[in-house]
Amino acid sequence: MNALLAALVGLLFAAGTWLLLGQRILRQVIGLGLISHGANLMVLLAGGLGGRHAPLLANPTPRADPLPQALILTAIVIGFGITAFLLALGYRMHALEEDEP
Amino acid sequence: MNAAVAPVVVPLLTALLCVGLQARRTRWTVSLAGGGLSVLASLWLVALAHGHGVVVLRVGSWPAPYGIVFAADLLGALMSAIGSWVALWTLVALAAQPHPRLDAFFHAGWHLMLAGMNGAFLTGDLFNLYVFFEVLLVTSYFLVTLGATRRQAREAFTYVAVNIVASTILLMGVALLYAAVGSVNMADLAARIPQASPGLVRPAVFLLAVAFGVKAAVFPLYAWLPHTYAIPAGPVAAYFGGMLTKVGVYALYRLFTTLQPLHGPEPWLLAVAGLTMVLGVLGALAQEDMRRILSFHIVSQIGYMVFGLGLGTPQAWAAGIFYTLHNIAAKTALLLVSSAVEASYGTTSLRSLAGLAHAHPWLGVWFVVAALSLAGIPPLSGFWAKLLVVQAGLEAGEFAGVAVALAVSLVTLLSMLKIFTGAFWGPPPERSHISPLEHASVVGLAALTVAWGVGGGTLLELATAAARALGDPAGYVRAVLGGH
Repeated sequence: MNALLAALVGLLFAAGTWLLLGQRILRQVIGLGLISHGANLMVLLAGGLGGRHAPLLANPTPRADPLPQALILTAIVIGFGITAFLLALGYRMHALEEDEP
Repeated sequence: MNAAVAPVVVPLLTALLCVGLQARRTRWTVSLAGGGLSVLASLWLVALAHGHGVVVLRVGSWPAPYGIVFAADLLGALMSAIGSWVALWTLVALAAQPHPRLDAFFHAGWHLMLAGMNGAFLTGDLFNLYVFFEVLLVTSYFLVTLGATRRQAREAFTYVAVNIVASTILLMGVALLYAAVGSVNMADLAARIPQASPGLVRPAVFLLAVAFGVKAAVFPLYAWLPHTYAIPAGPVAAYFGGMLTKVGVYALYRLFTTLQPLHGPEPWLLAVAGLTMVLGVLGALAQEDMRRILSFHIVSQIGYMVFGLGLGTPQAWAAGIFYTLHNIAAKTALLLVSSAVEASYGTTSLRSLAGLAHAHPWLGVWFVVAALSLAGIPPLSGFWAKLLVVQAGLEAGEFAGVAVALAVSLVTLLSMLKIFTGAFWGPPPERSHISPLEHASVVGLAALTVAWGVGGGTLLELATAAARALGDPAGYVRAVLGGH
């Protein structure tokens, strides 16, 4: 499972980097999105995966680590806001292109 | 309110008020008052951190390392004080700019960015450092693009993309460190990194250093800076040029003192520092525009700060901290001069400007004071800053680095002379008005470099105390983790 997720993180970074190096704004925005999701998955991996119980005192050990999920949630929200900003900026560049001959 | 978060909370509330207030005059009053309060709050924190050591706030009274902590040591408090000071005076310069329609957003952006910076300086939690970096970066994206033209929007897109990638690298570094140690609390990390597996810690530290290096604009990660700082309105560029990169420098200091302390000179950091100094100053030589020359010098001077860090002794760190504080004041003053010139003459190109010293003798005086300070001429603060860095370098036996630092400061002087002869010398131009507010903003910062030049002892004492605290990570750990 760990190896599979690690490979997925690598794939996301590779695809994101490839898109980011392209010429078109929309592809670059999607590329940045993929890269930041790669990092999110990496945070999840950092907490350890699989075969754990829910993190409640009543449950037997080993218990899952809830912190990475809280961290990822924050990172996702930030990423979402920035993607929205980038799309707005991209649209603005497009609109200005039409205004200014 | 706990002093450790006051410099974050005050600008945050001011930003909210500025969006809500409709009347322009009220908004200005609130905004400037908020800026002044931030300065007072951070000075209070400096006094506390100097008197009693690390000021700690455990949010919600959760014991560290389980809850979120703010931990303001003297370095963080000093950086937050100079940041608030810069925000206040660049705000005064903004008052002279004609942006009535976008006014509310500029104010909100100013204070939000200050909240983000102060948060980054004062937090004791690595993940919160990432979050506060995002707060200040998102605000900076917004300030760069506000009222942008097409070319500016394109440059801004590059800036945003570079910083998103850097932030992602920062997040990955935090993740790896969490995997290695199982904590994101900086004090807890500092205590437990020595026992963790170096196979995970080393790549994590490398990722963090790269991410902070992009923000600080060190070699080879500085290419984004000179272009970005040529885009926004003058006061915004002064605010960014003065403070933004120094948040990255602060983070590098935190990384290589508290988290992964250096013991003695670190060759690769010194190499990075030397190359940053040289390439920045060479880049400046090729420019024919006041603002662009100054932007390249930002890069060059980051090199001195990293040089102080890389020498790896508390004495060298004190020199680096002194240099950083001095440089923020001198650099912001110079960028504000350039901003005033641009607002009145519509350009900062040395080819189109001439004779400003005739038309605005006082502006010329402020420029000369700040420029000589930047180049390191006594009795201004830049002289002591360079002297301290050189002294620390000699004591560590890093003669090559010292030679580079001295050569670069000669070229810096040359660059400043080039601006002076290009823009201030020559036949007087058709006179244009420069608002007293712009004069005030420049004086607000130039006065600091004079004061620290004549009475540098106080600042040196503070910088030395801050560096001593950095050299004692165990003290930081004790203060944050308390009775554990």
